[in-house]
This record gives sequence, structure tokens and C-alpha cells, in this order.
Amino acid sequence: MTAEMDSILPLELDGVGFAVGGRTLLSGVSLRLEAGSRTIVLGPNGAGKSLLLRLCHGLLEPTEGRLRWDGGVGQPLPGAVVRRRQAMVFQRPVLLRRSALDNIRYVLGLMGMPRHRRREVALEALDRFGLAGLAGRPARVLSGGEQQRLALARAWVVEPDILFLDEPTSALDPASTLAVELAIQDFHVAGTKIVMTTHDLGQARRLADEVVFLSHGRLVEASPAARFFKGPASGQARAFLDGELVC
Amino acid sequence: MLAAMLLLSPGAWAQERFITLASTTSTEQSGLFGHLLPLFKAETGIDVRVVAVGTGQALKLGERGDADALLVHDRAGEDKFVAEGFGIDRRDVMYNDFVVVGPAADPAGIKGRGVAEAFGRIAAAKAPFASRGDDSGTHRSELRIWKTAGVDVKAAGAGWYRELGSGMGPTLNTAAGMNAHALADRGTWASFKNRQALTILVEGDKTLFNPYGSILVNPARHAGVKAADAAAWHRWLTGPKGQAAIAGFKIGGEQLFFPDAR
Amino acid sequence: MHDLAAALSTALALVTAFDPLMLDIVRLSVLVSGAAVLIAAVIGLPLGAVLALTAFPGRGVLVVLLNAFMGLPPVVVGLAVYLLLSRAGPLGEMGLLFTPTAMVMAQTVLVLPIVAALSRQVVADLWEEYGEQLRSLGASRPNVVMTLLWDGRFSLLTAVLAGFGRASAEVGAVMIVGGNISGVTRTMTTAIALETSKGDLPLALGLGLILIGLVTAVNAAVFLVGQAARRRMG
Repeated sequence: MTAEMDSILPLELDGVGFAVGGRTLLSGVSLRLEAGSRTIVLGPNGAGKSLLLRLCHGLLEPTEGRLRWDGGVGQPLPGAVVRRRQAMVFQRPVLLRRSALDNIRYVLGLMGMPRHRRREVALEALDRFGLAGLAGRPARVLSGGEQQRLALARAWVVEPDILFLDEPTSALDPASTLAVELAIQDFHVAGTKIVMTTHDLGQARRLADEVVFLSHGRLVEASPAARFFKGPASGQARAFLDGELVC
Repeated sequence: MLAAMLLLSPGAWAQERFITLASTTSTEQSGLFGHLLPLFKAETGIDVRVVAVGTGQALKLGERGDADALLVHDRAGEDKFVAEGFGIDRRDVMYNDFVVVGPAADPAGIKGRGVAEAFGRIAAAKAPFASRGDDSGTHRSELRIWKTAGVDVKAAGAGWYRELGSGMGPTLNTAAGMNAHALADRGTWASFKNRQALTILVEGDKTLFNPYGSILVNPARHAGVKAADAAAWHRWLTGPKGQAAIAGFKIGGEQLFFPDAR
Repeated sequence: MHDLAAALSTALALVTAFDPLMLDIVRLSVLVSGAAVLIAAVIGLPLGAVLALTAFPGRGVLVVLLNAFMGLPPVVVGLAVYLLLSRAGPLGEMGLLFTPTAMVMAQTVLVLPIVAALSRQVVADLWEEYGEQLRSLGASRPNVVMTLLWDGRFSLLTAVLAGFGRASAEVGAVMIVGGNISGVTRTMTTAIALETSKGDLPLALGLGLILIGLVTAVNAAVFLVGQAARRRMG
């Protein structure tokens, strides 16, 4: 059933919440993420955006509610299947202390790709993200923008159904930011679902098909991007768009 | 890992014939073995590996079968060792003697006196005395002398009598450092280099006689004991060649050990 | 001052003379301590990593014990290994007492807690940084262990060096299980103890200087290699 499945999506969140040490950081989030579209998660600092991504990606277990990967087959998919078909790019990529090429080969190894094919696939991915000339360079001495592109190349070879990005450009200069946005576009064209947080409203406008707006650990609204940016339904989102002063 | 262990085990390099001899630090440190063992090896092809410890510990090694033969100097302990069945065929090998060393200034006025009298004077003057304190052959001899001198060091030793719990060399190092008296075997003293102000004050008293015995570890007690090669050593040491070799060992022209095998 | 000068010139004379006995002693010291550290690393590095990465009942106790055992008294370890290898002991039939193998065993016991405890710390710190990323990539547990050990290799090298320092400097354990047999189990440290007993302090100190020089050279070499590699790898 899994082999011929197109995608593990949609992902359904049903009353998902997360509390730690008696403090509720996120609660009552019900949401359906469909394949194909680019979802941008917005909200002020501390709204729970990163936390939501980690819960969706499976790095954290919700303390209330549940998540369900549907796969369009009408029943929840097992965790092992889901795990292998998603990827995440963090604000600060964690690259291994080895060459750029070997960072990609490492992931291919984890995926169980035969050893002799890894080099070719890895080089191809590096080339796609403009890193072909840096294949032999140690990943840790690359510039911030190069590191983030390497992280994207690493995600690329996974051929994920869904890619989570947690403020991937917040530490980058404009040129690098543009490169990352183009890369995200590549994923989108290849059919990968994008779920991304950002503080950059311009970037959100450029990329979003739909917007999920969080505030104080609650889902305030989820609407198509065009409608959200024209006239958000909630007062909090309106204030956020006007002055980014919501707290 | 296994390879590393194999590489390190000396047997892997060459199938060498050897026995393990438990002996005393005083014998080792005198340099006697450096003189005897090459002669024995040249004659028999047997390597003698010397583990030098105190007499008490040497007897313990023999009890557990960790040595094949012993060369020690505590007659009472040796006899007990044989009587209990741990060893066989104890033979006299040689003797040397103890000397009393102390500050050249001789603060207790013992130079040239009998050893019991000298010990009495040391106690009366409360002059510092460094004792092995390790239940070695030398320590046991020292305690016998105190007894003869009528001094109870346990009761009267406060402040000047120091039990070190060390071998002969370390005891001499400490004695030199605090300018104290000590009982030492002549062999160790002769080859000892850190004398500082110490010198021999008493020697030649017949109570200072220090006999050594050779004992074979009883092969009936421990399967691994190399009985035949150990016996070859035992016979050689107490035979004419070994005895001649002992007599021939000199430091600075002075003979240190006197063969007395019958 | 005069003693130190004498020691220094003795050390120089020993080194420049390439005295074969001396070389044997140095070689044995390096081989024994090196083998012990190698074995301790093969066991201790994964052990430390597993302790850092897995939660199980009693882990806290194990970690405390491991940390405490970094300071195991060598004499006690020597005694325990002696009783094990003695002909009257459980492994007596192997005939390992008073051999370099016995010395390797004792030093391995001494070094293992150091390597394991320090590795645990290094790997735990790395996991803080790498944890989310590696879980995101779907790395299996054995894979995580290997990855963190490899990426922590420069810090782990320091742990291994600490083990080597401990092994090459200790005398209590090798003295008991090796017996300080001339030409067979005499190492730098037991030779130093012996020369001290003989009151030949300049020779003892000279040997000590050579030992210190040796350990310093090993550390310097590893430091330089590590520096270069670290600069390259970031």
C-alpha cells in the first residue's frame, strides 16, 4: 500500500497541544495540511511556530490531541513510512564535520542507497543548488548561505513529500536569501509540500499559497494567502500585518 | 585487540625457557643477579626472571604458586613455608651481614660498639631511627635486636622511631633525608648512591649475620610450577659453580655475599 | 639545583647513547600503555556514547561510578588483576602473571573509565547540537553513535590522550602484575621506582625526564595534527 502511494499527505492535526513543565506552549491546534501548496506559518515571537513544525515533523510528541498522516488511503500511516518521506531545514543547519559531498552521501547511506550510486546522486544535488565547486570543502567552513543551500541539497536527495523549514533565511544576507527562496521554489515545482515559518512578511507574500497564523500558542486563523494578506479575519492578524506589534 | 595481546606476550616472540624467581629487594638492588643470571643462562639456556619484593611478599608469591623458586632471608619464615608444604628442599646459599648506618657525626655515640648496646644508646638519646616497618627479613632482624637491647620501641619510640613501611632503598633515602639511623643489609648499602651524611657506624657483630636460603616451590601444590628448570637453578646456585660466582661478586673490590651451601 | 642539572645531563646521556636496555624499556612502556589505551578506546568510546544517548534505569548510578573510577588507585587495580592471574587465581592457568599482557590488562582497567566518562561528556554535548538534525534525518541508534563519535573525534582524542597519560605515568599496577622483571616487564615507571630505591636519584630523575619528554612529544604530535585537522574541518 505504501509503495505506490503518491504522498503521505494530507496531515491532519486534531486538537494538538504541547505542554512542558506545567506550561502550555501550544494548545488546541486543529488543521489540515494538503499536498502541493506552500503553507507559511506566521505569528509573533513565542507564538509556537517552531514548535508546531517540530510536532508535525515528529521531533516532539504532542501532549494533547493527535496527528494523523493520511496518505489518502483512509487510515493512518505507520511512523516508519512517514519518517522517511519528510525533511526539515533548520534556522541554523547542523552539518557534519566532513566534506559537503560526504554530508549528502551520509544521508543517502541512511536511506539505504547502494554505495556505488551515492556519489553521483550527491554531486547532482550539489550542482542543482550551485555547490558543485564546493563538493570537497569541509561543510563547516562554508559561508552561512552555502551551508543553508547544502542543508537544502541534503533535503533534496530525500525526495520528501513534505519539507519543513524553520526560518531558513533569518540569518542570511539578501543574496543568500534569494538563493534559498529559489531553492524552495524548486522543491515546490517538484511537488514537495512546503511548510515554513518566517519573520519576513515580504518573503511570506512571495512564497505563500496559504497562511497559518498563530498567536500565544493558539491557531488564530488559516486562510489562503491572497485573502490573508488582503484582509485577515482576526484582529490579531490584522495588527500583526500592520505593525508587527502583536504580543 | 587479541593480536595486540599476543604481540605483547613475550612467549609469542620466542619460545623462551624461563623460570620466575621471587627474591628480595635487597638482593636485587645489590646487583648480585646481574652477575649471576648471565652465567647460569650461558650454561643452561634458562632465563631467570626475578621479581624483587620483600621477603614476606616473596613467601606469599610462593604460596600462591606465582614463582617457581625463592631466594629469601628469613630463616623462621622459610622453615614455616616448608613445614606448611608450600616449599621443598630449603638449602643454605650464602650470607651477608647487616650494618647500622647513621649520621657521620654519631650523635648517639655508638660507633664501634656492639649492636645491642648501640641500639640502647640510640633509644636513650632519642636519636632518630628509620625502620623498614614492612615485615621484611631485615625488619624482623631489627625487631629482634631491639628486644635484645631491652627497648620497647612501640612504647618508647614516640618522636624518634619512624616506621616507614618501605623497601630497603626507600628507607635509606628517607634516613638520609632526616639524618636518621637505620639497619641495612650490606649489599644494598654498598650499591646505594644517595648516602648524604650517612655512614656505617656499627658492623661485624655476630648478631648482624644475615643468611639467605633457596627454596623450591612445591610443584605438587600448583600445576604450573616449572619444577625441572627451577631445580636446575636451585642445584646450580648451591653447587660449586653458583657458589664460586657468588664469591666472585664484588662492588668496589669488596665481596658482599659469602657462599655457605653445604 | 645541582641534582636537577645532574638529572638533566643523565637524561641527555641516556638518550644520546641509545642504550639498548633503555630503548627496550621505553619501547615496552609505549607498547603496554599504547595497547591498553587502544583496547580502552575500542570499548570506552562506544560505551560512553551509549551512556550519553540511551536512558535506562541505573544509568545515573553507572555514570557516577564511571566518573569515580577515573580515580581508581592503580595499586588496588594491580592487586585485583594479580589475584585474577595468580596461579592460585581463576585465570592462573593462562600463565599471564608477570608478562606485558598482564600489564596491559591492568592498565586497560585503569584507562577505561577515563575514556568512557570523558567520551560520554563529549557525546552528550554533541547530541545537544546534533540531536534534532539527526533525528530529522532518521538516523538509527547505532548510526547516531558512529556519527557522533566521528564528529567528536578531536575532543575524543583528548579523552584518549588523558588515558595515555594516566597509563604511562602509573607505576602501582604494572609493578604488581608485571613484577618489574629486567628485560621483560620493566617499564619507565618501574625503572624509576627501582633507581629511586637504589638511591640513584639522578638516574631516576633522568628516566623521569625522558618519560615526561615522551608523553609531551605524543601530546604535541596529536595536538598539531588535531589543530591542522580542526582548521580544515571547521
